[in-house]
Amino acid sequence: MSHDHDHDHSELSEIELRVRALETLLTDKGYIDPPALDELIETYETRIGPKNGARVVARSWIDPEYRQRLMSDATAAIAEFGFTGRQGEHMVAVENTPDTHNMVVCTLCSCYPWTVLGLPPVWYKSAPYRSRTVRDPRGVLAEFGVTLPKETQIKVWDSTAEVRYLVVPMRPAGTDGWSEDKLAELVVRDSMIGTALALDPAKLETAA
Amino acid sequence: MTSPDLLAALPAIPKDDGGPVFAAPWEARVFAMTIKAHEAGLFSWNEWAETLGAELHKDDDLPLGTAAPGYYDHWLAAFEKLLTAKGVATGSVLSDLKSAWDNAAKSTPHGQPIVLER
Repeated sequence: MSHDHDHDHSELSEIELRVRALETLLTDKGYIDPPALDELIETYETRIGPKNGARVVARSWIDPEYRQRLMSDATAAIAEFGFTGRQGEHMVAVENTPDTHNMVVCTLCSCYPWTVLGLPPVWYKSAPYRSRTVRDPRGVLAEFGVTLPKETQIKVWDSTAEVRYLVVPMRPAGTDGWSEDKLAELVVRDSMIGTALALDPAKLETAA
Repeated sequence: MTSPDLLAALPAIPKDDGGPVFAAPWEARVFAMTIKAHEAGLFSWNEWAETLGAELHKDDDLPLGTAAPGYYDHWLAAFEKLLTAKGVATGSVLSDLKSAWDNAAKSTPHGQPIVLER
């Protein structure tokens, strides 16, 4: 699988090349302004990508055998849902426990498993998140409104061109007997990046 | 923001209650470019809907059992066609830019932003 993946340079697909060519042409001719384009695309941030990550997590909560497969080979376990990442993209699932909380960052650029999580949020790509998550993960978490017990260790995973991480948050208490669909609603995007926990089931009840 | 009326004029655009949905980042990018080019006065929304519709209808002639291209594959092809018809994309400009981007990507180490040197 990895022999055909080039580690040294970037690769754009045929379709990405066509889209970039159009953007350059329209920008050169003054019909579009890239910052304004980015701004419009950001309004669709939560609407891009299949976002099947929540289903993956929910299944791992109710199906111990699936959980086993996810932890040993996340790429294959995610593909069971019919989704595959881009060529050469290898997924690794990291599981939160009472002792360890996982957070994902890409210090180098903004590698992100969009085939699983949708489009990256703006803050994920920002320089402060990328630099501070490694130095002060607890401080960054506090800014996201997450305070963990002092005993909980925080592990930060740095994405690369080859490896993308999926955080499996802890299943919230009070969800015994819930269906996979209902559980998936608790698994918000940020909980799979590690900047949030799975939703409190009581909050889902009141929101519904 | 995108007027819901504009979207309503388009056949079969993938959407849910909250608006359009995209399967990949490039789809949102070409969607947004189309909106912006329309706002800049490059074409009327009717012209766009007609061009896109013609592209989508090509699926009608596919042999039975052939997988149809995705909605945004058609969208991208229609957008290229309309820009060519409008004289914005002339000659080999699009294929030249494509090669330039390909070369730029291949000479860019992973992690660096890909920039077009011209």
